[in-house]
Amino acid sequence: MNKGEIYEINGPVVKVRDVKGFSMMETVRVGNDGLIGEVIGIDGRDTVIQVYEPTSGIKPGAPVIGEGAPLSVRLGPGIIGNIFDGIERPLTSIEGKYGAFISRGVNVPLLDETKKWDVEIIAKEGDHVCGGFVIAKTQETPAITHYSMIPPNVEGRIVEIRENGKYTLNDWLIKIKTADGMIKEIGLAQKWPIRIPRPYDEKKAVNMPLVTGQRVIDTLFPIAKGGTAAIPGGFGTGKTMTQHQLAKWADADIIIYIGCGERGNEMTQVLEEFSELIDPGTGRPLLDRTVLIANTSNMPVAAREASIYTGITLAEYYRDMGYHVAIMADSTSRWAEALREISGRLEEMPAEEGFPAYLPSRLAGFYERAGYVRALCGKEGSVTIIGAVSPQGGDFSEPVTQNTKRFIRCFWALDRELAYSRHYPAINWINSYSEYKDELDIWFEENVSRDFSTNRARIVKILQEESSLMEIVKLIGSDVLPDSQRLELEIARVIRTGYLQQNAFHADDTYVPPKKQAKMMELILQLYDMAKRLLNMSVPLSVIKKTGVFDKVASVKYDIPNNKPEMFDSYKEMIERAEETIKEEYK
Amino acid sequence: MALEYMGLSGINGPLIAVEGASEASYDEIAEIRLKNSDGSMVKRTGQVIAVSKDKAIVQVFEGSSGMALDNTVTKFTGKPLELAVSKEMLGRVFDGAGRPIDGLGNIMPEKRVDVNGSPINPVSREYPRNFIQTGISSIDGLATLIRGQKLPIFSGSGMPHDNLAVQIVRQARLAEGNDTPFAIVFAAMGVKNDVANYFRKSFEESGALGRVVMFMNLADDPVVERILTPKCALTAAEYLAFECDMHVLVVMTDITSYAEALRELSSSKGEIPSRKGYPGYLYSDLASLYERAGMIKGRSGSVTQLPILTMPNDDITHPIPDLTGYITEGQIVLSRELFLKGIYPPVSVLPSLSRLMKDGIGEGYTREDHPEVGNQLFAAYAKVNDIRALASVIGEDELSENDKLYIEFGKSFEAEFLKQGVNENRSMEKTLELAWKLLRGLPREELDRISTKTLDKYYEV
Repeated sequence: MNKGEIYEINGPVVKVRDVKGFSMMETVRVGNDGLIGEVIGIDGRDTVIQVYEPTSGIKPGAPVIGEGAPLSVRLGPGIIGNIFDGIERPLTSIEGKYGAFISRGVNVPLLDETKKWDVEIIAKEGDHVCGGFVIAKTQETPAITHYSMIPPNVEGRIVEIRENGKYTLNDWLIKIKTADGMIKEIGLAQKWPIRIPRPYDEKKAVNMPLVTGQRVIDTLFPIAKGGTAAIPGGFGTGKTMTQHQLAKWADADIIIYIGCGERGNEMTQVLEEFSELIDPGTGRPLLDRTVLIANTSNMPVAAREASIYTGITLAEYYRDMGYHVAIMADSTSRWAEALREISGRLEEMPAEEGFPAYLPSRLAGFYERAGYVRALCGKEGSVTIIGAVSPQGGDFSEPVTQNTKRFIRCFWALDRELAYSRHYPAINWINSYSEYKDELDIWFEENVSRDFSTNRARIVKILQEESSLMEIVKLIGSDVLPDSQRLELEIARVIRTGYLQQNAFHADDTYVPPKKQAKMMELILQLYDMAKRLLNMSVPLSVIKKTGVFDKVASVKYDIPNNKPEMFDSYKEMIERAEETIKEEYK
Repeated sequence: MALEYMGLSGINGPLIAVEGASEASYDEIAEIRLKNSDGSMVKRTGQVIAVSKDKAIVQVFEGSSGMALDNTVTKFTGKPLELAVSKEMLGRVFDGAGRPIDGLGNIMPEKRVDVNGSPINPVSREYPRNFIQTGISSIDGLATLIRGQKLPIFSGSGMPHDNLAVQIVRQARLAEGNDTPFAIVFAAMGVKNDVANYFRKSFEESGALGRVVMFMNLADDPVVERILTPKCALTAAEYLAFECDMHVLVVMTDITSYAEALRELSSSKGEIPSRKGYPGYLYSDLASLYERAGMIKGRSGSVTQLPILTMPNDDITHPIPDLTGYITEGQIVLSRELFLKGIYPPVSVLPSLSRLMKDGIGEGYTREDHPEVGNQLFAAYAKVNDIRALASVIGEDELSENDKLYIEFGKSFEAEFLKQGVNENRSMEKTLELAWKLLRGLPREELDRISTKTLDKYYEV
């Protein structure tokens, strides 16, 4: 084991001089309290270490002890439903041991080592097994079955095996003999370094959407399972709110929510809400499928940098079992700022706005860990990454937004103007995009509605038409436009208020299944076509408006419950009737 | 016995280098005795900001003027900066570093606490849900202050943010039937003498002084102490809230001076600047202040923060308001335009927001129609602004009848709802009634953010 002593301390950066044995990315224990740190640079005489806890009170000369392994997380049952800090220390255990305030030198086991899990052994003696092979099954939460696997880099023949029964994380379940004759014990849990992507068999093309129940996302800018998306927006535009909505309703098996440099009260809110809200898919509290990672903005900055990697490693672990996992990272800007802060302490040459030159490659490395894969065990699983970005001053030209844009394929741009007029979700339909649209069309056409993509294209066209008409309206008012153009505006208003705007606090509107979304689109377009036909007969728009159909269609989101799709028929009839009546009058 | 180090090896702004001080630990407090040219001794205090086996860099709170390489003796105390706290602090005035300056002598400390505090474990936090009534319609109605929240006032030079803060402090009260004691901690950072006096006088006149703790770092006080002022104030607030079970409202003014002090120090340390010369850790540093607001499960006290900052050039995208907005739970933005129109308080409604409001208003808290009414007022006023933009091009006469109603609504909203007297204390009930009075000026179909049920109950008188 390597040992050295501190030469210099500058905030979270500590240097050790004239000790050779440390390796890059090795975990070290710093000082007498054993603060956790990581080797981030080796330069001639100096080994540079970033420390994940406040370094106040540490003296030069205090010991630094290497652990001989890179910063790792423990993977096993007990992760789901838990809340961790940036380096996988459970916050509830920390509270139990240290009280309401987080002190330094916290020392708690990463996962509960005393709990006995009901284990069903699947592997058989004599089996030749390699990485990813499932050896045992445990019910981790009522919603999630945990499959314990052979760690990716291990291979051999099972020589000894235990009975089904109750075991803790520290018990062994099977023993295998590797090619070089070594006997290895394998249990419920394994370790994995957070900065190294977990291997898989094959990365596959994406073709399934992550259904979120948010109309503007599912319809206009859908995201695939295994895809990547960014939500940029200035403060107060609803990034966190959107992330919460996705975490609640996305049809992933497991949600990993990383509160990276954000507010403490928000994490408390997620904890509270998610223990009460019921997941429509499993009928269990949402917390039963959720993992929370909290590094609030006043917790140590180095751990903030690590929290993103901790989150993605946990996600990959469940992906390897064949689950679809979605990660919400709120916010990746704080992570980039943590990089900048550490980089500044290391006196590295800054690139744009003080961010280090390796910012783009770090971002790429993170987003590329998403994907739809065939795991080593043969099952298919996915990791979807949805990262919030907090651009300085709400200006999307800053480095983090721009570099993120290069590595994601879904861009949900939040708009301050929309947020100010309380249009939520404030996703701007002109600036946002999704590159998955075409790849997912087949799924939507097969599973939702055959006209889904054509209808969507029409909706998009109306919205674009509106935005160019608005330029004129801003100058001269809408009264001077011909009725045909005012109809575009009127329909666009119905789309904006009745379709794109979605009320997160309304029991039905908070989550809308794709089938209802399709029906709503159809209804709006039916209204549009009907009004167009009447305008061609020289019926004034005001007459059509007087029938109240526009307002009726706009409030369909509230008036038709999610479980009563048959009610759409009466609305269709209503529009038809309105058309007939007016036609009679204008014959 | 701690070692003493004679002399220095370098001085740069408020930073001094002490050679061979391998005893020093990071972040600890150093005491420096300085011999003046006339032979008198002066004591100064500083903090270790970087240390290696060869030397320690100490930031001197009072500044380095008069220091030479050979006239100082430095002693390291082995402790971080601590504040002596006790309930006796109520009614007292301290300087930026927590030393009494009201001539009443030191307090009898209950205990000494590290001013840097520790982060509250998110698991131990209690989600804030109870509102504080400020008696100001624009805030109570549209950006309700919640106990345990951090809600800053974004203002500009010359605008009446100080009056607003004083009015809030004077009128703030908890919901009916709550008799938990209420205290105010006031931190002045780099404010002018007369502003500090205004606050002191206002507290005195309203009879609140007995429940106020004041920390004063005035514009001409040492810059380094300015960094400590909010930390001391929040340490006192946490003590009163979490150990003496009081509800504490912390007013901090002016965060802009604080951030500028941070920048000044950062540049004297030779750090790499990020936006507008502010250090890259400005976000983390501000967060270490703002995140100290909150409530803890099982304790009855709370820390609510009302930081005030003046936006340089009224620019909300400037790093200080920008980073603040990302940490705090909403913001109250004052508008120069309303101010020039003579409207007090000039709260700019659209960009103002209270994030915690949705869970602390409505049935069981304020009144069941509050969320919908608030939403509708926002939406209607947003529309007023669009119509005004249009009217400025085509003239008000050319507007449609409907649009004219909105223009009327906009006028009375500003003149009756936003505008109120410096001493006018409106109850929540009154604020909501006023809102309905204005909304009735609009046709019922236009109120699309309010449910039919609520409209039936309140729209017709």
